[in-house]
Amino acid sequence: MSDKLIKPLEISIQIADFSLAEEVALLEKDNAIDGAVVTFTGRVRNKNEGLRVSGLFLEHYPQMTERALAEIIETAKQRWNIGRVKVIHRIGQLNIGDQIVFVGVTSEHRQDAFAANEFIMDYLKVKAPFWKKELTEEGEKWLAARNADQDKAKQWN
Amino acid sequence: MIKVVFFAALREQLDCHETSLTSADITTINQLKKALVALNPSWSKHFENKALLSAVNHDMVDGEYSIKSGDEVAFFPPVTGG
Repeated sequence: MSDKLIKPLEISIQIADFSLAEEVALLEKDNAIDGAVVTFTGRVRNKNEGLRVSGLFLEHYPQMTERALAEIIETAKQRWNIGRVKVIHRIGQLNIGDQIVFVGVTSEHRQDAFAANEFIMDYLKVKAPFWKKELTEEGEKWLAARNADQDKAKQWN
Repeated sequence: MIKVVFFAALREQLDCHETSLTSADITTINQLKKALVALNPSWSKHFENKALLSAVNHDMVDGEYSIKSGDEVAFFPPVTGG
């Protein structure tokens, strides 16, 4: 894949939090074609695999993350009739309830935006090089990948 | 020279983020793994993990993928973002 495909406006890897309202406003600004705006926000949960979690640290592989996300977005655009896309993924130290990830997709009618949003999230889970280290009551723990996430992504084949 | 980087749990297990190798004999990912283990015998058990993923110049690849001098190769555990 060419690096030219990476559109910085569509992808942001950042330490800072994001505003759902601001992101929706950007997806809608001067966009009278699209009647559907579908957003997904992922947050840090207080529990995982039966253990209390007090926070997590998100590591990533700079440059490859942007590239992997750009490729996922490009695939979604080829597969569905969608308008604008925005993917935000936070890195670094995060606390319970903090927002981790945002996926926003617009389309003329709702089906395309719904499907593309879920597809982008499912592929992000298995293709984008991010890793979570949880701070649990038993100490620090790198999260193990879940087979369920692999199975979910395969459903789009 | 091939640049090699490690991430997440693997980086901690190896206690190494980045290294480099120069060898004309290394032409695939699997050969690179063997060369790394030969140089660092204690890394052996961490590279036996079948779930380990690899990337060349920021694209995910499999063990038979060809590599050459100037490439950046990464090894890391299955991803857990989102």
